[in-house]
Amino acid sequence: MFEQVLFYVFASLVVISATMVICIKNPVHAALFLVLAFFSSAGLWLLLEAEFLAIALVLVYVGAVMVLFLFVVMMLDINLAELREGFARYVPVAVLVSVGMLISLGSIVGGDNFGLDKIAGVEPYPSDYNNTKVLGLAMYQDYIWPFEVAAVILLVAIVAAITLTLRTTRQTKAADPDHQVLVRSKDRLRVIKVMPEEEE
Amino acid sequence: MNDLSLIMPEILLTGFVCLLLMVDVYRKPSSGDVTFWTAVVSVGIVLVSIITYWPAEKSTGFSETLIIDPMSILLKLVLLISLLFNFFYAREYFKRSAKGQSEFYILTIFSALGMMVLISAQSLLTLYLGLELLSLSLYAMVAMERDSALASEAAMKYFILGALASGMLLYGISMLYGVSGTLNLAELAEYSVKGDQSLLLVFGLVFVLVGISFKLGIAPFHMWVPDVYQGASTPVTLFISSAPKIAAFAMAVRVLVDGLPGLSIQWSAMLTILAVTSIAIGNIVAIAQTNIKRMLAYSTISHMGFLILGIIAATAQGYAASMFYVFIYAITSMSAFGIIILLVSKSNAPELISDFAGLAKTRPWISFISMVVIFSLAGVPPFAGFWAKWFVLKELIASGSVLVAAVAVIFSLIGAYYYLRVVKIMYFDEPGPDSHVSSQPSLGAYVFTLNGALILLLGLFPGVLMHYCLVAMQAY
Repeated sequence: MFEQVLFYVFASLVVISATMVICIKNPVHAALFLVLAFFSSAGLWLLLEAEFLAIALVLVYVGAVMVLFLFVVMMLDINLAELREGFARYVPVAVLVSVGMLISLGSIVGGDNFGLDKIAGVEPYPSDYNNTKVLGLAMYQDYIWPFEVAAVILLVAIVAAITLTLRTTRQTKAADPDHQVLVRSKDRLRVIKVMPEEEE
Repeated sequence: MNDLSLIMPEILLTGFVCLLLMVDVYRKPSSGDVTFWTAVVSVGIVLVSIITYWPAEKSTGFSETLIIDPMSILLKLVLLISLLFNFFYAREYFKRSAKGQSEFYILTIFSALGMMVLISAQSLLTLYLGLELLSLSLYAMVAMERDSALASEAAMKYFILGALASGMLLYGISMLYGVSGTLNLAELAEYSVKGDQSLLLVFGLVFVLVGISFKLGIAPFHMWVPDVYQGASTPVTLFISSAPKIAAFAMAVRVLVDGLPGLSIQWSAMLTILAVTSIAIGNIVAIAQTNIKRMLAYSTISHMGFLILGIIAATAQGYAASMFYVFIYAITSMSAFGIIILLVSKSNAPELISDFAGLAKTRPWISFISMVVIFSLAGVPPFAGFWAKWFVLKELIASGSVLVAAVAVIFSLIGAYYYLRVVKIMYFDEPGPDSHVSSQPSLGAYVFTLNGALILLLGLFPGVLMHYCLVAMQAY
């Protein structure tokens, strides 16, 4: 019973805060609502006894990613008036589409197909169950191939980021030490004999 | 140990790409070709390693997240061959436009690695990861030309729409997983054949199909295609139009045929609608284009519609016909963008169709091969493109969809107009004042000729490639 109450609290928090993320005017507040959404999903995962994932979500997304996100939001000068342009014009269409989607999705994802009588809730694990250990074993034994592919994706992200931002040819003013050591006075100083100007 | 030998080509490719990164860092700025040749040799070695490892039947590895079967081997072979062609075209472009970016080769190989993972995916997880590896490299490649506003816009559109499509795909996958309780495609297939909860499976299928359609660029999920093709620099467009299509075909076969055979009636119906709309939209809108890259983009959309017609047939021969189609399309599309690359110079980059006016007078050989390429795209008989269309239509009619086949034929007839118009402009219009100074024959021109010869040869002897496609698909 208590678990059900917790579930509904967290679930409604996720829905409300996710809605606020896209509806609120201030981008900083939107980012903070996203933090709340992550936090409540972490709560949902705790209810599923996936405590490692819940903590990782809080540490990685709330702790690191969203802080970075806030920095980016602060540094960008987002022109809200421009973003909101045409908002009123598109509202009727948007409402029509989203209500239609909501009804059709709800009719399938609702309790008729996914109720507790159809798909049973998780059995509580024994007290010596270690979620982190099970996850680690699954990751490094059953899912080692996807895990390695994910590592390559991170490598691509690094290469791509450097490719898109680094402009060695134009931006850096650093001097090459090799050239500095090898330089001779002749390269820097040119002695020119200036002839006295002759009168016509 | 056995598992590792299954992914030997992938391991080799990853090793080589790391080597390539190092080579590129430590090479002299003047010797740009070092990266290129290292890339060519690496891909060549991986190609050989795949050829030497041709398995008799399918084998799975890594707790059934990976599958190696004749289909995956054949797809990987053609993928790497198209990658080699791509390298030579890209080098030609970089040499001509003096805008060399050696990261191109590295990101291309990363993308190809993602495609190989995707091609031999036996679990929805590996499928998704392969797709992300492939797309992430592509986004970066489109954005690589940083000084061009068009390229940035294209990259932004591609990235956001791609992320949205990935989200849709993931939602679909989560539905499939939620219903069947497995990510493994073989187990999912068993579940789908059993037939309980099929409404929920179809619900997941819809979202997965949106993701696949986006990657293939099928209407109505095609809006990114023209902008990305036009905005990206030509070698990148050339790459996007060839190899990823092979991977997207593999993805469609893996998810629909391997994973959800029990829903074949449902996905055939959905694919029919998608195929007919994209053949119609592609061929009709292409007529109005003045930019050659945009025109080829719409032509891609119509070709991708044709490609999935073979999957609709839902027979082994139909899949083989689709596979043949995607191979021919990849080869032909590369050479179509090759034409543009061969006309690029430091001062001049042809973008408009009218830039090709009178090409036959100034560069007769190139315009002759271009004619072969364009005839093949239009589906004129002696060339490979004709056979690709013929096999697909044959299987479609054999499976009873005569009406769809008739619609496809009518729209390809309409499409023939804009292809032939390019040939007409090349052969019968007068050249403009400042057009196409003839240049020395270069390596790229030889590769282009080879590519054209390949189209002609495959058109004269289509049975050879088709035989291998049938062998690869006989398991279905």
